[in-house]
This record gives sequence, C-alpha cells and structure tokens, in this order.
Amino acid sequence: MNKYLRIIILIFVSNMLFSIANAGSDGSLEMKTKSNSGEINDCFEKVNRGIFAFNQGLDKVIFKPLATGYRKLPQPVRSGASNALGNLSNVVTIPNNVLQGDFKDAGVNTLRFVINTTLGIGGLFDVASYYGLEKREKEDYGQTLGTWGVGEGCYFVLPVLGPTTVRDSLGSVANIMGGDTWYNVTIANDTQYFNEADYYLSKVMSGVDFRAKNLESFDSLERTSLDLYSSVRSLYLQDRRKKIQNLDEITETLSDDDWEEVDAQ
Amino acid sequence: MNTFRIITIILISLFITKLTYAKNPSDLINEIVNQASIVLSSDDPVESKIIKLNDIAERNVDIDGIGMYTLGKYRKSISDEDKSKYQKLFKSYFLKSFSSRLVDYTDPKINVVSEKKVSDKYTIVNSVLEASKGRPEVKIDWRIYTKNPQKPLIRDLMVEGLSLARTQKEEFNSVIQNNNGDINSLFKVLEEFIIK
Repeated sequence: MNKYLRIIILIFVSNMLFSIANAGSDGSLEMKTKSNSGEINDCFEKVNRGIFAFNQGLDKVIFKPLATGYRKLPQPVRSGASNALGNLSNVVTIPNNVLQGDFKDAGVNTLRFVINTTLGIGGLFDVASYYGLEKREKEDYGQTLGTWGVGEGCYFVLPVLGPTTVRDSLGSVANIMGGDTWYNVTIANDTQYFNEADYYLSKVMSGVDFRAKNLESFDSLERTSLDLYSSVRSLYLQDRRKKIQNLDEITETLSDDDWEEVDAQ
Repeated sequence: MNTFRIITIILISLFITKLTYAKNPSDLINEIVNQASIVLSSDDPVESKIIKLNDIAERNVDIDGIGMYTLGKYRKSISDEDKSKYQKLFKSYFLKSFSSRLVDYTDPKINVVSEKKVSDKYTIVNSVLEASKGRPEVKIDWRIYTKNPQKPLIRDLMVEGLSLARTQKEEFNSVIQNNNGDINSLFKVLEEFIIK
C-alpha cells in the first residue's frame, strides 16, 4: 500500500513539475491566468482519451446499471442514503471551511453534522435543515488550494475515478494523509467500529448516487456531443472553477472575451 | 413653435412605442417555457413536436451569434465562404441538438425566480427546473442578449452554473485542434451528426 501511495505521489509531483515547466518564465502567474481565463491545459490528452474510453466502458457495464437500479428504490430510501453521504462529507468540508477562513460555514456545518448524526440517526434525516441550518456547499482540499491561489495544473483522467487536475489530485492526497476523518477511522487506524469496507462502500455509494441523479443529463450529453471527451473535460473544469470561486453565476466573473468579439463583428 | 410641438409629439409617441414593445427578459423566458410546455405536453407525434420546438428556438435564440462564439479562436481565420457554410451547418446542428434534448421531457416545470442586468447588453435570468421522477431540482440561468430591447435573444444556458455555449466552444475547438486546425474536420462531424 505504501509503495502504491509513493508511486501515486511521484506521478502527481512529476505532473506538477511538468505543468510548471510548461507554464513559462513565471509559472505560477501564467497558471493562474490560464485557470481564470478558462484555457485548458490537457498535457497527456492521448493517454487521457484512452483512460476515458476505459472509464466509459466501466460505466456502461457497472455504474450505469447500478445507478438505474438505485433509481428504482423508493424515494425515502434514496433521500436517506443521499443525506447520510452528504452528512459524512462534512468531515472534509469543515476543515476546509476553516482553511479557507470561512468560520461561519465551519460553525454551521459542525452543528449540522452533530445534529444530523445524532437526532438524524447517522445522517439519514436532515433534521438540521428543519431547525433552520440550511445545507452549505461542499468543500475539499483541491478547492482550498485553489482559493490559496494554486493553479489547477494539468488536466488528466484517472482510471475509475475520472477527471481531475494536478491540484485536485493533491487535494485528494491530503485526504489520505490525515485530512479526512472518515478515512482515518476506517482505513488509517484500527477501530473496533469501522473497517476498510465501510470506506470503500461509502465511496461507491457516492458515485452511484451522483450517477443516478444525472442519468438523463449523461444520456443527453452522450447523444448530442460531437466529442464527448472534450465536453466532459470542459464541464469538469467549469464546475471546479465555479466551486473554487463559490459562484452562483459563472458569467459574471469568468472572463470570456469571445462574446465581446462576437458583438463587435 | 408648431414645428417644435410636432417634433415633441413624435418623440413622445416613439418613446411610448418603444416602451410598449420592449420585452422584459424574464417575460421572454416565461413565454418560451409556456410555449415549449404546451408543445411537449401535447399528444402530437414526435416529428411535429420537433418542428414546433425548432420554430420557438429560431424566433428566440441568437443561433448565428452562438455559432460564431463557439468557433472561438478559429473565428478570426475562417474564410467568408467557410463562414457561410459553417453557419448553415451550425444552425441545423443546433436545432437538432436542441430539440433532441428537450423532447425527452413531457412537461418540464421551469419557474423564473429572478433576473440581473449584468451589462448594457446582457441580463441573466435565473430559473429553476422543478424536481421530478428521481431527477433533482436543477438551476438554469439564461444569458439574454438585450442590445435590441425590442427583440431580446437567448445566447447561453447555464445549467447549475455550467455554460452550454462554453462547453460547445471547447468541444468544437478540440475537434479542430485535433485535426491540425482544419475547419473541414468540424464540418465533417457536424454533417455526420445532422444526418444521423
């Protein structure tokens, strides 16, 4: 496991170095500009396309059928599972609220987590919303790095896990280096209450829940795309940029000179 | 003095006419949503629904503007002949793609919740597609081009903050870029999509 982890870290670090080397004389500045202007830094596109095709195959055989079956479960069961997974994600969101200096959301999320884990029976019921503590946006270490000004670096696709960037991968590494309490109590440390299977089950469930909520959108995208790979890449990067800037409306802040040019013609 | 009075009357009546015909962006979206809803919930055959939906799109969407936007950097280097060919292909592609996305919905419930003028030329209308049959609620923002207030036009849809026009632009640019910058490669995939 340690050897595997070391290899992953090496890949990420070399990937990071590669993207910085590509960024020119003032790497950080140019990477930041690229990130804001919406340019895409797909360093290993050919390999990424291969992995994307592999993931598409996996989706057809495993995830889509699972998600379709999951959608047939009664609504209260799906809501309960979705609530419990959302509640669990607070253990990563809360430290990231703090790291981003958002102490108000950190407080609200902590209260939500305590109330929903106890009164809401392990998060199955969103009792906190009933008490006026509305759900907040999820945060992760990739987003925190983004708010600190770290550029997204190369875009790439991981087998099974899907699209990511160097920055988001480093964020994921932070999870397994102690930043995710759920990982710590299931895998990193021996506890008598949880084991590794609980962690992996929660991750698979999160994937299936997300896929089930987006069955029609994915089908529609597949049907109307001329190049599905680049559509997914665009949507992933837009989504991450939006989350890092905590925007509701992407149009107001992301520069898009193309519309100005079209208007001028 | 008489001339002055006549000019004033003409100016006031012109102003009133402009006020009468200026369309509010939120009203535009409400109108389109209602029209689309009537079409989609009808018992018409799919082909007839598609024709009616395309008609709504042609009247209210700036298809040429979106087409030019989606060309991105290649917009500057394309010849007039290719531009005209592209615009025809893009229109067919857009309408087919638009109707095939919508026709899956039997009666979408979209409620306009607010609007925000972001510049002289653009207003963003915020709306929500109600949750149904396991689909969660979806936020849809409409970028409305209001340079001509009498005829506001839709230029983009942002689904949960993700711009469809930007996605399309990056997709088209990827196709051209991966074929050594040859615009004909885009024409080819557009044609394949249209006849599919």
